[in-house]
Amino acid sequence: MSSNRPQPYFSRSQVTLVRGLWMVVTAILAFMTLFPLLWMVSIAFKPAAESFSSNLIPQSPTLDNFIYVLTAVPFIRYMANSFLVSASVTIVALFFHTMAGYALARLRFPGREVLFLSIFSTFLVSLPVIIVPLFVIVKAMGMLNSYAGLIIPAIFNAFGIFLLRQYYLSLPKEIEEAARIDGAGYWRIYWSVILPLSRPIMSALAILFFLANWNSFLWPLTITSDPNLWVVQLGIANFKSQYSASWNYMMAASTIVAIPTLILFVIFQRQIMDSLKTSGLK
Amino acid sequence: MTTIAETAARRRHAGRTHLSAKHREWIAGYLFVLPDALGLLVFLGVPMALSLVLSVFEVNGFGAYSFVGTKNYLRMWNDPLFWKGAKVTALYAVMLVPLLYTCGLGLALLVQRTDRFNAVMRSMFFAPHMVSLVVVALVWQFMVVDKIGVISRLTAALGIGGFSFLGDPNFALITIVLVSVWFLMGFYMLIFLGGLQDIPRQYYEAAMIDGAGAIARFWFITLPLLKPTSFFVIMVSMVAAVAGAQAFDIIYVMTKGGPANATSVLIVYIYQQAFGFGAFGYAAAMASILVVALMIVTAVFFALTRGGRFNHEQ
Repeated sequence: MSSNRPQPYFSRSQVTLVRGLWMVVTAILAFMTLFPLLWMVSIAFKPAAESFSSNLIPQSPTLDNFIYVLTAVPFIRYMANSFLVSASVTIVALFFHTMAGYALARLRFPGREVLFLSIFSTFLVSLPVIIVPLFVIVKAMGMLNSYAGLIIPAIFNAFGIFLLRQYYLSLPKEIEEAARIDGAGYWRIYWSVILPLSRPIMSALAILFFLANWNSFLWPLTITSDPNLWVVQLGIANFKSQYSASWNYMMAASTIVAIPTLILFVIFQRQIMDSLKTSGLK
Repeated sequence: MTTIAETAARRRHAGRTHLSAKHREWIAGYLFVLPDALGLLVFLGVPMALSLVLSVFEVNGFGAYSFVGTKNYLRMWNDPLFWKGAKVTALYAVMLVPLLYTCGLGLALLVQRTDRFNAVMRSMFFAPHMVSLVVVALVWQFMVVDKIGVISRLTAALGIGGFSFLGDPNFALITIVLVSVWFLMGFYMLIFLGGLQDIPRQYYEAAMIDGAGAIARFWFITLPLLKPTSFFVIMVSMVAAVAGAQAFDIIYVMTKGGPANATSVLIVYIYQQAFGFGAFGYAAAMASILVVALMIVTAVFFALTRGGRFNHEQ
């Protein structure tokens, strides 16, 4: 498309040369960006003696590190906990946020704008800032060291509501009208008109929520001391304090933790990046 | 447009059913928003208020609260580690925000053209953002291990080695900044790509016909039209620098605030005071000050940019 742009200064071959150089520079930078992750995977497959050799491709690749990590530490349990927490948060959050987004975008009621602005104003409040009082509240509710404590406070965030509201604002007005003429109530309209239409944005948000919760560390660190409830990020941070010299084990553990998210990313990269791209000020 | 008379006539005609339909919509609206509104209130709104309340209390070893007035704030004033934390936080922000802006915009310009090659490159630049910060911290810590880490050896080979990335108080924070940039830059690249997408092509075509070079086009078209995006990026990255989870996670795993408190940003110091020493009141006082500081910075920035409103669509 843009190659047809007028190029008043350069000949065609010069343009090709510049473009080629540009691509080479981009590729080198992209490789450098990816290098730490490649390095992690590489060490994970290297025997301990090879941990500090400088070759990216292991000379004698082995699965021993993975086997050791999975048998010596209850990583499977940590992963199951992470999965349970992330999936629960994602499902409930999507349910609540689509409801709120629908009402804030398409229903008229007094105080709607004030409500939206107050929700939006929590956009920039981050967990580290409120961690102390939040801990006090969750403790008072008796949710320390429980799945409920891991899941419930993580459900609520303004980002999802905001994106869904924007999406519902962009839908044409007519979509509800047919349903309304048929005498459908608001719940019916939400359930059988709005939700099916939200599938693309909901799948993007589902991935984002799942990843964010899979990767979250500070909240689980604060409220779970019982190792049976540990999520995978806590497991690996604790693993570090026990095996601080065994980098081959640590990189294997890191790979196990990172691989599910990277696979999700490879499959859904377009949806993930598109939905984040639109989260800017618009 | 309906006239007032028409509306009044319709109201008379519709009578009670019209009103109750309206009220039904109201009630539906409130019920739909209720779960989220309640959750945000309990887990975000109340904590923010509670932070201020907690800050005038002291908690003893048995969990009993006693009112202490301004004691926690006075303690803060006289605590050199609080001031150290404030300084480290400011330094972190001063380094992180411009670096993220430059790297984010630079990468976006690099892969701006939509083609298959750039699509792959974008994914590669963004991939670090998908990895958990604990893993990010571990991998980087491994790469900068003194003398034998792959980056330590690389810098030594280039003749700039010989220092400890995480052990030297002069370099530890810089290392943390670089890791943060590596993790966050892909996200800001996407935000900038979204902004670049909205700049009409014709502007560049017109400028090229007028003979404007690449630098002139960037300076006179791209940058001015990117203002709303820039505003968003600077504000969000500033908040991320002062209070973001990435700072906490990376520092907590890599240095725990050391060496010699060189990476002890306020959120890490607050956490240690609360959950290491049980000084909840003191930690809440510091967190309140942090919230106020954030609000002031945001307000000033908002005022300077006239509310972040730009004539973007024109």
